[in-house]
Amino acid sequence: MRDLDQLGDANVKYLTETIILAVGAFLALLGAAFAHDRLFESHMWVLFFVLLGATILMVRHITFAPASPVLPSHDGDGYFDEVIKYGVIATVFWGVVGFLVGVVIAAQLAFPDLNIEPWLNFGRTRPLHTSAVIFAFGGNALIATSFYVVQRTSRARLFGGNLGWFVFWGYQLFIVMAATGYLLGITQGREYAEPEWYVDLWLTVVWVAYLIAFLGTIMTRKEPHIYVANWFYLGFIVTVAMLHIVNNLAVPVSFLGVKSYSAFSGVQDALTQWWYGHNAVGFFLTAGFLGMMYYFVPKQVNRPVYSYRLSIIHFWALIFMYIWAGPHHLHYTALPDWAQTLGMVFSIMLWMPSWGGMINGLMTLQGAWDKIRTDPIVRMMVMAIAFYGMATFEGPMMSIKSVNSLSHYTDWTIGHVHSGALGWNGLITFGAVYFLVPKLWKRERLYSIRMVNWHFWLATLGIVVYAAVMWVAGIQQGLMWREYDEQGFLVYSFAETIAAMFPYYVLRAVGGGLFLLGALIMAYNVTMTILGYQRDEAPIPGAAPALQPAE
Amino acid sequence: METYTAMRHFADSWGLLAMTLFFLAVVAFVFRPGARKAAERAAEIPLKED
Repeated sequence: MRDLDQLGDANVKYLTETIILAVGAFLALLGAAFAHDRLFESHMWVLFFVLLGATILMVRHITFAPASPVLPSHDGDGYFDEVIKYGVIATVFWGVVGFLVGVVIAAQLAFPDLNIEPWLNFGRTRPLHTSAVIFAFGGNALIATSFYVVQRTSRARLFGGNLGWFVFWGYQLFIVMAATGYLLGITQGREYAEPEWYVDLWLTVVWVAYLIAFLGTIMTRKEPHIYVANWFYLGFIVTVAMLHIVNNLAVPVSFLGVKSYSAFSGVQDALTQWWYGHNAVGFFLTAGFLGMMYYFVPKQVNRPVYSYRLSIIHFWALIFMYIWAGPHHLHYTALPDWAQTLGMVFSIMLWMPSWGGMINGLMTLQGAWDKIRTDPIVRMMVMAIAFYGMATFEGPMMSIKSVNSLSHYTDWTIGHVHSGALGWNGLITFGAVYFLVPKLWKRERLYSIRMVNWHFWLATLGIVVYAAVMWVAGIQQGLMWREYDEQGFLVYSFAETIAAMFPYYVLRAVGGGLFLLGALIMAYNVTMTILGYQRDEAPIPGAAPALQPAE
Repeated sequence: METYTAMRHFADSWGLLAMTLFFLAVVAFVFRPGARKAAERAAEIPLKED
């Protein structure tokens, strides 16, 4: 025992963490042994092997440093950047995985034989795709960039010492548990919130740690003003915490079983789900990524944001309006009519702050418009903002009841979601990744700027193909569903409307494939940059030799 | 009055009024005299270092 104490005194790095992981692995083993049902048993085995692997990795990393000089992990600038590096790599990795699964499920819809029972049928791979792109790709991008932005704009080190590591690894564990759960068939059947109660509880713990790390950094800031990007990030973190907890209020059947029942029922449950679902779009995919826009666009064009005051109004208007828009997902259902109308009206009002923000982002390029031509990273960011504008125009339009009566439940909705997700979230994240990688790894420039250009065009073309095809598919679907003959009978059976979608579904897989190809080029470019290579290539015409903003 | 009805009445009267006033106060604050200078200083924060 004395020896162990001495080891503790001697600053054995990560001893506590290793012990906690080992205990966690043991608890997972107990969970598997005493499981109430087979699914829980399987899932606990997954957890056991993940935690066991992590424990072994940690044991191999235990170092016995001398007692006196405690060296804080140094990152040169005094910022905690190591965890951000991991976050950027995780973003790229999960992005490729998520897009790949997207292409697979697009192919499954076109060619149903690709549904491999039971683990890889569409019902399980679809939430795998949505969670992988929203929470694994988008979530890692948000966590990494928020840690980067809050430190720079607060001129303070990330609060909480190693808390950042806990947030990063805890979040990866959540992703692994969610993804393996879907493939096993564990789901609570709530859109974008499919993980069952025990995974939800874990995410709550991680999210609170995230809030503490982020808010703590703001509290200990050396910059008197809190820059607007941090407001957006904070709005995202706080609101997602609230949404996650309320939407997942549930009673488990057994503490050692997967099944739980929601605290709500009927139309209240439906509204709770879409209050969550739409605000996952509004706060996860919009507010958080706007935080990115308000930092990385000014950085990349080396100009302050067009109107700082507009950005503040953008923030408050978005916060006040988004939260009411959820009912537009429940038009013509059992939801009271006044609530549907409320959702529609607030959705239309949202158009104003959204476009205010879009104009603010675009006009930041004022006086530097040539950079769209000379800097592919700026071009990517500008295209992202353009897609933000398009998606936030299309959304309010689709929320109008009469439009919705045609568009609802059709592939038009899928097209809309993807023009926002691929166009806005995807492209702004790629821009941020291309900005961050040379900075974090202290490289002069990216491995290849021309590859960024390739990525830009492949991604843009992919999105355009995807969205255009889904418009045609969705409107055709909607029209076929409402086609009556002169005697009042429906003209098409449901199966006929599905068969008619075949060419569109194939084309969609092509569009998604182009987007995936672009992401693979990014993964290669980022890897080579990290490894320290520079591709020998002609500069983009008109570009200054170094494309990074002036130091 | 049952809880649901009471909360609904509160939400579409005083709650709505309070939030509207808060939002208008934010807008007024953003356009207060001298706000332009402060905003311009704040906008420079990301460009100050690295």
